[in-house]
Amino acid sequence: MRAISVQKNLDWISIVLYILLVSAGWLNIYSASLPLEITSIFDLNQIYGRQLMFVIICIPFIILILSIDAKFYEKYAIIFYIIGLLSILGLFFFGKSVKGQTNWYQIAGFGIQPSEFVKTTTALLLAKYLSDIQDSLSSYKEQIIALAIIGIPTISILQHDTGSAMLFASLIFVLYREGLPSWYLWTGFITIVLFTASLIVIPVYILIAIFVCLGIHFYFNKKINRNPFLYIILGVVMSGFVLSVDYVYDEVLEPHQKDRINVLIGEDINLQKEGYNLNQSKIAIGSGGWTGKGFLEGTQTKGGFVPEQHTDYIFTTVGEEWGFVGASVIVILFVALFFRLLYLTENQKTKFNRVYGYCVVCFLFIHFALNTTMLIGLFPTIGVPLPFFSYGGSSLMAFTLLLFIFLKLDANKINEW
Amino acid sequence: MRKALLPIVIILVTIAILSRLFYLQIIDDTYIKKSENNALKIVYEYPERGYVYDRNGKLLIANQPSYDIMVIPQEVKNIDTLALCKILEIELEEFNNKLQKARVYSPRLPSVFLPQLNKAEYAAFQEKIRHFNGFYIQKRNLRDYQVSVGANVFGYIRQVNEGNIKQNPYYKSGDLIGIQGIEQEYENILRGVKGVKYIQRDRFNREIGSFKDGFYDTLAVKGEDITLTLDIELQEYGELLMQNKRGGIIAIEPKTGEILSLVTAPSYDPGLLVGRERSKNYTNLYRDSISKPLYNRVLSGEYSPGSPFKILTGLIGMQEGVVNEQTRFLCNHGFYYGRGAFMKCHDSGNIALNQAIASSCNTYFAQTYKRVIEKYKNSREGMDHWSEHLKSFGLGQFLGYDLPEGRKGHIPSSDYYDRWYPNGGWRSTTTISNSIGQGEIIMTPIQLANMMATVANRGYYYTPHIIKNIEHDKIDPRFTTKHVTSIDPRHFAPVIQGLHDVYNFGTGRSVQVEGIDICGKTGTVENFTRINGKRYQLADHSVFVAFAPKDNPQIAIAVFIENGVWGARWAAPITSLMIEKYLRKEITRKDLEKRMFEGSLESEYNKVITLQQMADKKTK
Repeated sequence: MRAISVQKNLDWISIVLYILLVSAGWLNIYSASLPLEITSIFDLNQIYGRQLMFVIICIPFIILILSIDAKFYEKYAIIFYIIGLLSILGLFFFGKSVKGQTNWYQIAGFGIQPSEFVKTTTALLLAKYLSDIQDSLSSYKEQIIALAIIGIPTISILQHDTGSAMLFASLIFVLYREGLPSWYLWTGFITIVLFTASLIVIPVYILIAIFVCLGIHFYFNKKINRNPFLYIILGVVMSGFVLSVDYVYDEVLEPHQKDRINVLIGEDINLQKEGYNLNQSKIAIGSGGWTGKGFLEGTQTKGGFVPEQHTDYIFTTVGEEWGFVGASVIVILFVALFFRLLYLTENQKTKFNRVYGYCVVCFLFIHFALNTTMLIGLFPTIGVPLPFFSYGGSSLMAFTLLLFIFLKLDANKINEW
Repeated sequence: MRKALLPIVIILVTIAILSRLFYLQIIDDTYIKKSENNALKIVYEYPERGYVYDRNGKLLIANQPSYDIMVIPQEVKNIDTLALCKILEIELEEFNNKLQKARVYSPRLPSVFLPQLNKAEYAAFQEKIRHFNGFYIQKRNLRDYQVSVGANVFGYIRQVNEGNIKQNPYYKSGDLIGIQGIEQEYENILRGVKGVKYIQRDRFNREIGSFKDGFYDTLAVKGEDITLTLDIELQEYGELLMQNKRGGIIAIEPKTGEILSLVTAPSYDPGLLVGRERSKNYTNLYRDSISKPLYNRVLSGEYSPGSPFKILTGLIGMQEGVVNEQTRFLCNHGFYYGRGAFMKCHDSGNIALNQAIASSCNTYFAQTYKRVIEKYKNSREGMDHWSEHLKSFGLGQFLGYDLPEGRKGHIPSSDYYDRWYPNGGWRSTTTISNSIGQGEIIMTPIQLANMMATVANRGYYYTPHIIKNIEHDKIDPRFTTKHVTSIDPRHFAPVIQGLHDVYNFGTGRSVQVEGIDICGKTGTVENFTRINGKRYQLADHSVFVAFAPKDNPQIAIAVFIENGVWGARWAAPITSLMIEKYLRKEITRKDLEKRMFEGSLESEYNKVITLQQMADKKTK
């Protein structure tokens, strides 16, 4: 009886979108990893074979997620969170190093990436906390606790994987949605703008721009208690930040991170070295034209010119073989999923469900946005997978977990009365 | 508001992504090219260039294999540079320069590293090539000339330069292209179409099979053979006659417009421009600014035609009705055409048209010309009628023959004189020199020969051409289209009689050929040179035009000898020998032939150099 009601209340639109994305992802992985001698699609020695296995494993996994009582996720959120953290700390002792990053556990021949799952646990705890306080983050204490829930896993992951750590910053949207004062967002936004500007423009011009903007703002600010000292302090802090960007850039960023930024802003780059990835990625996508070269016909894909094409660069296969039309369809499928989830989220009856749903959308969106913009040269290269699409068991399972917990919560909302 | 932020951000980012994708995939098409460079290796198969035969089926130009060492700079890794230099017998510095040059052209595409190895060099390199990554051998076909004449007709082939590549994407670095002569004119027919194989590569440059199962691959198509209108024996004979002289011979078959021989002297052995010495030899020929062996005097030399032009003056006079067969002019060693203005003439008596042509009487033609111009209500109209007649002979314009060089010559029109005399006032007498082929009339030797062909045909010509047959194609229809002149055929009889009389008792009587009725006309063209602004008179150019036989003409010919003094001294004997050679295949007048073979005008040509040196000394 219960199982039937869950089935009936499940949001099938989201599930169909999920199935479409996973299937499209597998087809492109198949193309990107096809060897010269064609073997069975179930061949576990091949990347596509393994991915197919992960896809198949997801089916019982989803059934498991859906059959667990919805209350269970809320009740034990703190425990999941702690397990997640421990699994990351454990990497220091038992982690396996791949390409300079120690973010894997090696279990039974398969690598497991705990940071993928920590996104879910963080989202759960954040939802739990925000629903518990029944307040809109007005006090500093609440704000600090909320930020800490996000910050702790961020910092611990930062040690292993800068890219994944940045993804947690997207949860600022959740906090803002739940009442975080807007100056947090402004601070973050202005910091990014100033940092980017400092890399491209001479600092003097930025300083002039800062003070002109502040001056204009001060002049039009009609509040009675406008404080000129506040403006001056703000100006000085911003100037200090701008002037320190060079230092940050030179001393804090690692050489490969600098390269990635240089590649983007078009500093003199070597297309055989640091510029290789982006250049090949653009060639693959750019040579697709309107409708692409056809399934399994991509010359760049076949020649293996794009590195990591089956993982982070899988979207280049879409661009090359399916063209602008195919790439747009995939983009639209993603966006449709985001909006469907947003719609469901805004209609949740409980705050826990709502916050968790919002976290899901934020995580999926930030992955999607960073991954695609990196491939087409709009954002520096960061190793971020494309959800449901990129090769990788951990990534696929973790995103499936993230999504289907929400679908379970959503299906259950009737029963919560 | 708080609900709206994330959706807005999502929409903005999506728009940014889609626009960027649209830009990369649709608007900017450089990536398609880059992708091809990346992933496709293109292998060309070069077809054999078409053979060239003469009108009698004799093979003139065949092919010989040649081997180019090609390099793909990107793939040159870990090789023993010194060993390679030793095998190829080049300096290390040269090696580096060549490699750098190839890299500048493209690191991924093949460039010619060392062109045109002979078989022995090829064999030596072939054994060791596997040690030298990035180098391979490309077989090509070079020309193998069966004769040592005709260089200016044949042209030559060389590697394409950047301009050629830019102009026509068919050509890639290292391809061969025809330059000048028939090699250029019939390049598309002779070269065939090279075959292409697309091979898919991976990022390590390994070949991973053919691209799309060879769907885009093409087979090479062999170049087509062509037959020229040249009679190679006549050509060889003409070049022999012209040795140590400057000038040209052009012989045309009147009833078809086929060029039987086209000699320009000095010339060179076409074999010089083949093989590794090509570039050195070419530079030598190119730098020879005194005898200009690469300059085709027959097609590009522009001269005042001199006396042969009187034929046209006479014809126009009759067509315009101002003279007829019976018209006679009194000539007393010249002609006053204006107050105090006198045109000299060596002739005297009461002269009719045929006599006037035979004895080349200036007076007769000056009078005729004056009457033509003055027949109309003003000189403008007269001049325009006159030049229309000349244009119907193909003068003052490109004849349209199938060799890629030449000049238009010049036929003045009323506009031309209006420019010189903006206030009007020019008259027939102002331009009287035109009547005898001096003045503003300029013609090329091939136009002269075509004029003779037209006279031989009694009023029409076919555009002169060098192509007789293409293996699987028709020749251009413009060569089989009759051009009829504005002169009525009946007017040609007295002129031809006059030309025949030239041989019987006129200026050409010393070079009659027993049993062949030749019609011809001598010419002597004054010429000057300017050295440091000072005008020096040089020995006259010697001209002779002819056709033979008088009835059913087989050959029309123009011979032009720079500084040959009178038409009768060099040009007339050479013409008669050429005609005899063509019509009889053998020469009876061995002593005349010997004199022509051995005759040299070098001393005359050296005068110019001496004059130049003297002038230079003076200025010092």
